[in-house]
Amino acid sequence: MIRDRSKDIGEYRPASDDDMLICRCEEVTKGEIRRAIHDGMYTLTEIRRYLRVGMGLCQGQTCTRLVKAIIASELGTSPAETKPATARAPMRPVEMKVMAKDTGGSKDE
Amino acid sequence: MKRYDLIVIGAGPAGLSAAIEAGQQGLKVIVFDENAKPGGQLFKQIHKFFGSKEHKAKIRGFRIGEELLKAAAEAGVEVVLNAVVIGLYLEKEITVRMDEKVYHYKADTIIIATGATENMIAFEGWTLPGVIGAGAAQTMMNLHGVMPGQRIFMLGSGNVGLVVSYQLLQAGCEVAAICDAAPRIGGYGVHAAKVARYGVPFYTRHSIIKAEGTDRVTGVTIGEVGPNWKFVPGTEKHFDVDTICLAVGLSPMSQLAQMAGCAMEDNPKKAGLVPTIDEYGETSVPGIFAAGDVSGIEEASAAMIEGRIAGAAAAYRLGYITLESLEEKTAAMKKALSSLRRGMFAPENRGKRIEKTEEGCDISINLLEKGYVAADEITRYPGVTAKKGIHPVVECTQNIPCNPCQDVCPKQCIKIGEDITALPRVEEFVECTGCGLCVAACPGQAIFLVNSGETPGSAYVTLPYEFLPIPKAGDKGYACDRSGHAVCETEVVTVKSISAYDKTNLVTIKVPVELADAARAYRREVKA
Amino acid sequence: MRIEEHPILGKPVKGRRITFIYDGKPMEGFEGEPIAAALRAAGVVTHRYTRKQHKPRGIFCAIGRCTDCVMIVNGVPNVRTCITPLSEGMTVETQNTVAADDGRADA
Repeated sequence: MIRDRSKDIGEYRPASDDDMLICRCEEVTKGEIRRAIHDGMYTLTEIRRYLRVGMGLCQGQTCTRLVKAIIASELGTSPAETKPATARAPMRPVEMKVMAKDTGGSKDE
Repeated sequence: MKRYDLIVIGAGPAGLSAAIEAGQQGLKVIVFDENAKPGGQLFKQIHKFFGSKEHKAKIRGFRIGEELLKAAAEAGVEVVLNAVVIGLYLEKEITVRMDEKVYHYKADTIIIATGATENMIAFEGWTLPGVIGAGAAQTMMNLHGVMPGQRIFMLGSGNVGLVVSYQLLQAGCEVAAICDAAPRIGGYGVHAAKVARYGVPFYTRHSIIKAEGTDRVTGVTIGEVGPNWKFVPGTEKHFDVDTICLAVGLSPMSQLAQMAGCAMEDNPKKAGLVPTIDEYGETSVPGIFAAGDVSGIEEASAAMIEGRIAGAAAAYRLGYITLESLEEKTAAMKKALSSLRRGMFAPENRGKRIEKTEEGCDISINLLEKGYVAADEITRYPGVTAKKGIHPVVECTQNIPCNPCQDVCPKQCIKIGEDITALPRVEEFVECTGCGLCVAACPGQAIFLVNSGETPGSAYVTLPYEFLPIPKAGDKGYACDRSGHAVCETEVVTVKSISAYDKTNLVTIKVPVELADAARAYRREVKA
Repeated sequence: MRIEEHPILGKPVKGRRITFIYDGKPMEGFEGEPIAAALRAAGVVTHRYTRKQHKPRGIFCAIGRCTDCVMIVNGVPNVRTCITPLSEGMTVETQNTVAADDGRADA
């Protein structure tokens, strides 16, 4: 994890695989993620908010590890050092109409 | 809101085992699973499990699943399917989506047994229809009876990649090749040997450059991976395939533990982010346990034991059993678990390069790179002897926790001893009756019966065979060596298929005596 | 592409043979099997086209996690075909972009 936000990671440089999709659901490419890191988004959570990576239908099941690896490679750290994204409910996509039918904690069912 | 003694999240091997153990102690247990069918991945596992009797060795995974469901019903466990746990909170309350509503449940103990999720890898064209996860291939063929494709390329040589490749062959698909970016095959050598002898080539130090095709996969290009993980120019290889299967590892699906506030660690030995747990599976939040792959990726046999330990610990926590009884109950389980965690593929050895077996034999380099033991390497292992008359040849060359061969042999001709990771050795002076139980029982299909004494100039080799059609006596075909190359034409002499063999047919072929140590597979046809 | 008989599992246990409608054409499958299995057996691999790049997608995880295989089923978009059981007369349509209406407008 990079604690020092002032660490110079250099300019974003285009790469040959920048067009490759990383987040399948939201169709976000490797180049977009790399650019976001160089724009100052150093954590999974920041990149998620910035690009919607991992916020699509699958909720990051597929791409989280890949994004972690890209962050680590751009920042020169290890993927294990990258802070995991916050886990919060709902763990799976749930339609609003279903959320609205929450039977509640104390009410009868 | 409903209250239970124990809520188990996930009805796979760990979750069901935990629920059974707790249910048997009298706890009121409910299990939620997001899938339409219980059993987790067990019902896709059609191979025989490794381990010893206590680990349900030599039983096929789906049969273990059936046993667990029966035991869960007998223990009064309530299993709720199509129930997605979407939230887990510190107070041991969960929110569950069922049908079109969200329900709340509370319990005094919770066991998280959510299993794992498949890792993926990105390359050009990886979103094309026809690029699928290895789990998807298993689901299609073993649950739904549909071939995922006709000609498949497999990326990943861990146990999942190897086992699924073999299952693809069993389903009638062709496996074009298996590649792995690592310099060595990651899974058990015996699993690799099972596919290599049917002609599937391995490409270690190779990965996918791109999936070809515009609307669907029509081929794949792979290339050699250089020292800095860059492709080496000029090493590209092309395969015409309609399906690319990805088997690049699993990660613990631990988000619920994280959400509940359990202390977490990103541990490479456990293959990812896991809750930190004690010897009973309890997390940092008292009363919340984790069992199975969610607490570290291992085989299903380990998950089942972890589940039972956590289930017993939950029973103790709620006062259903005494501390003494918990310790007594779990002592044997802990022992069984630690025996599974030994050997070359133990979690602590992940990423390590092992050069010699515990017995001091050099590991076959060819096995690690090409998937089969070379003819000049095989004789160094204790299961391979030049015994007279009919005898087993045990081509088991790595220390893995497994001993059904010793267990089934009625004459104690095959010995492993107390240490179940030891290589089996064939006793020189103990008679072999040729019953074939060892051949059928070996989950690695690494045992063959060789008989070179009876007919001058000829030898008989008995092989495990799990494909259709089952050959008949008199059938012609080819004998192939460990690498899958046809070494001679052959004739099937006998075929034995008894219920004790559990669908592993024993095919005996006749070969020239000088090929007795080479012929290790029977194929009706081979490609020119 | 169906496995008629499996060396370990025997003959697959299936529901009755039924007809469903795939992109306006009748197609056969077995009742209760996932829609995706019936489509794969019939040779269909493209389930939808994506929103931004309009690229084809099909089965990827087959267990309802990745949501790549979603289609419009009985008029409802974003239905995960790998875990939704097939039934007699069901209409299954290739999904363009996200919503059913968008898809029709595009097509």
